[in-house]
Amino acid sequence: MNGKTGVLFGRLMRHILRSPDTIITVAITPIAIMLMFVYVFGGAITASLPSGVNYVNYQLPGILLMAINSGISYTAFRMFGDRQSGIFSRFHSMPIRRSSALWAHVFVSLVSNMLTVAIIFLVALPMGFRSSAGILEWLSVAGILALFTLALTWVAVIPGLVAKSAEGASVFSYPLIFLPMFSSAFAPTETMPAAVRWFAENQPITSIVETLRSLLNAEPAGNEIWIALAWCAGIALVAYFFAMRAYGRA
Amino acid sequence: MTAVDVRGLRKSFKGVSVLCGVDFAVSRGEIFALLGSNGAGKTTAVNILSTLLRPDGGSARVCGFDVSDRPDEVRKSISLTGQFAAVDDILTGRENLILIAKLRDVAAAKQTAAELLERFGLTDAADRRAGTYSGGMKRRLDIAMSLVDDPPVVFLDEPTTGLDPEGRLEVWKTVKELAGGGTTILLTTQYLEEAEQLADKIAILHEGRIIASGTLDELKKLFPPAKVEYVEKQPTLEEIFLAIIGKNIETEGN
Repeated sequence: MNGKTGVLFGRLMRHILRSPDTIITVAITPIAIMLMFVYVFGGAITASLPSGVNYVNYQLPGILLMAINSGISYTAFRMFGDRQSGIFSRFHSMPIRRSSALWAHVFVSLVSNMLTVAIIFLVALPMGFRSSAGILEWLSVAGILALFTLALTWVAVIPGLVAKSAEGASVFSYPLIFLPMFSSAFAPTETMPAAVRWFAENQPITSIVETLRSLLNAEPAGNEIWIALAWCAGIALVAYFFAMRAYGRA
Repeated sequence: MTAVDVRGLRKSFKGVSVLCGVDFAVSRGEIFALLGSNGAGKTTAVNILSTLLRPDGGSARVCGFDVSDRPDEVRKSISLTGQFAAVDDILTGRENLILIAKLRDVAAAKQTAAELLERFGLTDAADRRAGTYSGGMKRRLDIAMSLVDDPPVVFLDEPTTGLDPEGRLEVWKTVKELAGGGTTILLTTQYLEEAEQLADKIAILHEGRIIASGTLDELKKLFPPAKVEYVEKQPTLEEIFLAIIGKNIETEGN
């Protein structure tokens, strides 16, 4: 982060700290869904899981991804606001590197989503979340969540730059929020109808969820970690390419 | 010495020509008004001069630097106050100014901010969020932000569009004061009165071309001599409005 990006990062962090509701709102829906899964469906689902599985641990990775999926819509929303208000034009006509304004948003997205994730971890603790992960596993968990956030942030940058309205800038995230439902995040895929099961087993959320679950339980993640990393890196690269193209035109 | 030199400037969007060979020059320290109706190409011209858009043809130089070849040098020499007050509503007035000062590498950012707040009559509102400011105050803050680090050339794109009469008077007063400081100002406006009030020189942009330019007196000479008629001068509704609410340009800023 160069000095100017740092100044612009500070500006956006101040926005978030002055309206902490953005972090809380982003955390509250996934927390409500977590409460519902654990205390409403949890008992029934646990019955179909191998004995000894802690369902709070089981569903937590899916909730974290859901939170990030909705959190990035604020990134798009903030970028749209900066375009709309003319602040972007002001920065772009100043003697600073043009991309500073964009990178500040990307870093803020990363930091604010990690804060949301931390809040959800804290809420899961009294619900019975326990992890036997060591330092290395925790670092891997943080790294994968950060990479996933970065990938989706670049996705969010595109509507943030091209949308014609604030609603248009953030609507893209709705389907993403539901994506973990159609994966192995909350229930095993074995009981799903063939087509749904095929989708669930082959979409990126499943491999990322399985990886996070293994790491948090200090179990070997096997091949899943590489599939998860490939998905994150692939989405990040493709989205980065289109985001930069949109930024060049903006 | 020429601060802004535009020659044969052309720009089209999706095949529609917006600027079709625009020529004008602004001398150092001058207030120059680009006058034209909506869609005449004023904003496009300003955006090219502030390096936000690339021209299709012709040349545009600011302080001797070509906007296409030396955009970094141009950005150091200018400041853009766009069509909508580009202030950060969440930050306070003071923080907005400090932000720009830091981005422009001004060593004493806080002191610069305090001085500009004082100069623009915003000291009392300095620590309130800019989102709570009136339209005129926001525009004043916006212009103050453009003066951080004293850029030699300032672009004001429709500085009073969308302001109420009080706000407009506030901004006019501000621009007139700037003129004394030696800053070159290129402003665009669709209000004839605004150009007449503020500008040393006026160029009329119409359908992508400059159709007339010069000082107000020179422009007046282009037309037949004024007919002398005696009419009773009624106050305009604006004068009535301002008189009733007890504001005028002189009492402003106390």
